[in-house]
Amino acid sequence: MNTAPEIAIDVRGLTKRFGNRTVVHDLSMQVPRGAIYGFLGPNGSGKTTTIRMLCGLLTPDEGEGTCLGYDIRTEADKIKLRVGYMTQRFSLYEDLSVRENLEFVARLYGLADPRGDAQGMIERLGLSGREEQLAGTLSGGWKQRLALGACTLPSPELLLLDEPTAGVDPKARREFWNEIHALAAEGLTVLVSTHYMDEAERCHEIAYIAYGELLTHGTVSRLIERSGLVTYTASGGDVSELAHELTDKPGIDMVAPFGASLHVSGRDPAALEAAIAPYRERPGITWTRTEPSLEDVFIDLMSQARDNFQ
Amino acid sequence: MKAPRAHTGGGFWRRTRAMLIKEFIQLKRDRLSFGMIIMIPLLQLLLFGYAINTTPRDLPTAVLLAENNDVGRSILAAIENTRYFKVTRQVRSEAEFDRLLTTGQVLFAIEIPAGFERALRRGDKPAILIAADATDPVAAGSAMSSLGQVVRTALQHDRLVPDSGAPPFEIRMHARYNPAAETSLNIVPGLVGTILTMTMLIFTALSVTREIERGTMESLLSMPITPVEIMLGKIVPYVIVGFVQAALIIGIGIVLFGVPVLGSLLLLAALSTLFITANLSIGYTFSTVAQNQLQAMQMSIMFFLPNILLSGFMFPFAGMPAWAQWIGETLPLTHYLRIVRAIMLKGATFADLHYDGLTLVAMTIAVTRFRRTLD
Ligand SMILES: Nc1ncnc2c1ncn2[C@@H]1O[C@H](COP(=O)(O)OP(=O)(O)OP(=O)(O)O)[C@@H](O)[C@H]1O
Ligand SMILES: [Mg+2]
Repeated sequence: MNTAPEIAIDVRGLTKRFGNRTVVHDLSMQVPRGAIYGFLGPNGSGKTTTIRMLCGLLTPDEGEGTCLGYDIRTEADKIKLRVGYMTQRFSLYEDLSVRENLEFVARLYGLADPRGDAQGMIERLGLSGREEQLAGTLSGGWKQRLALGACTLPSPELLLLDEPTAGVDPKARREFWNEIHALAAEGLTVLVSTHYMDEAERCHEIAYIAYGELLTHGTVSRLIERSGLVTYTASGGDVSELAHELTDKPGIDMVAPFGASLHVSGRDPAALEAAIAPYRERPGITWTRTEPSLEDVFIDLMSQARDNFQ
Repeated sequence: MKAPRAHTGGGFWRRTRAMLIKEFIQLKRDRLSFGMIIMIPLLQLLLFGYAINTTPRDLPTAVLLAENNDVGRSILAAIENTRYFKVTRQVRSEAEFDRLLTTGQVLFAIEIPAGFERALRRGDKPAILIAADATDPVAAGSAMSSLGQVVRTALQHDRLVPDSGAPPFEIRMHARYNPAAETSLNIVPGLVGTILTMTMLIFTALSVTREIERGTMESLLSMPITPVEIMLGKIVPYVIVGFVQAALIIGIGIVLFGVPVLGSLLLLAALSTLFITANLSIGYTFSTVAQNQLQAMQMSIMFFLPNILLSGFMFPFAGMPAWAQWIGETLPLTHYLRIVRAIMLKGATFADLHYDGLTLVAMTIAVTRFRRTLD
């Protein structure tokens, strides 16, 4: 597609209600072509709903936009031809074999050689020798890779991956992400929702959504910078006791344990320092000023969002 | 990036075919359903067929011998000698007949009228009356034919009738409770219709809800396939399944129960295919309306019951109250039963196409009801 716009997803003011509950509210986002775009947010924040609106599975109540240059309201058919959507729940046919699942997709998209293409994908996925295994009997990690394979088989221009690595072990997760990066290097745009911070950090750009509102977006470093959060890490000694004492102190917005250390963050540096001053001399505990982690930023965003929401 | 592949024309058949192949493979894997396809017709046929049609023996019979002479007694003896009837009562009045039949103490009441021998010798073709409790049409049907044989043999023995040619008497049947009972062969054609209704309904009724419950519908809808293609892909495999079932039932009917096929097999096949498609479409419609598999199943049963009760399968159609007949007329099975019985047993060649319209309506509803989105 030579005439394709440089923006793969361009939507404005998307709103979706179920009954009188607004699940996605006034959401706008732009995803550049070729990017890996992370979509983060707590459970029930509207990630799946947004993705479904992008590929024409749900009709937005308000808002408009384009996906690969096609109107999401009126040109769903064209979008479907060019988008691979991997649902949150495993959605291949468990009673079909690996090969049969891939051939089914290949035939639906009218690929010239369904058998050959399916075989090629089986080899690419490293599933050779398991062609005849029923998809339902694959392990979690293999299921996800197969699902990704099925999405990419018709050579889409955009991948929508909804929590593709939920419940997958770290090694399989890493391999999955290597594959995503390989696909992006081939020119594919990838929108991927996730709850894992390490995955978020592997994205070119991320957006954070809570209670149906897109709170922030940008590169990881920009997000951390923009959060305005100052973080001190306390380590050594009994940090859980310390966490208990620090929680809800004025000037401290967030206390989060990270293994044997504690992240103490606040938006006002002076107030934060005043708040922790009495604990600085506590024996066995060392204090260092650090960058807030992405998780600190998200937890802070979420608590702010809840305040606005209520 | 790889060049995007060309998506050429002919998409409709290609996608329908993809769906169809998928459904076939799934059907093949689903041992239970696969077993059902074979076992339901087999079991039903054998149960119904044999439970009702086991060459009946020793059926309790009352005899009113109004002509108490040699001929009368010889007929009575012949009846007693068959293993079919067992004369349990000799009665003196028709009122007594009625009482015995109503209370179910006898299944048959045979009357040899006064002056039978005289009329026979005069060539007046006298009638032997047989009243039958025909709630069991199979039994009643064969009773009549076997009685004719028995009486004829008895009279031949007495040299009152010639060895060949038309019998100089007649057997007059009065079927009680089920005047429409025609022949023992009614049951097999009837079963073709009911079995097809049941299996076809259930198979498609579950098809869409199953995909929704398993979560596969979401990704299916995100792919370039239309509701019509999905429907055809899901219905066509079962048309073939239904056809196999029909052939199986009719085949067994011919081999085991000696059911004739007097009319055109081709016509029967064509109309059966249409009937199968009608039921598949109705089942598929349920599938698009129901929220889950359980609901789809319940809808199918709700539809199946009136089919069984009001189509003329269980009870004779003409004997039903007007409102029941009116409902019955709307059911595909009612029309199919008429067709199958007529073609198989009477050699009829007419086509009662009352359910083709219904098929189209059901398909239209299904396609419009089919949700293309998850809204
Ligand atoms: N079809 C529906 N009808 C009614 N409510 C719905 C429907 N689909 C989603 N919701 C509600 O909308 C909200 C957002 O759901 P959504 O699945 O988009 O969240 P999510 O961000 O994907 O969450 P998770 O991380 O758990 O997958 C939830 O509260 C959910 O209950
Ligand atoms: Mg979700």
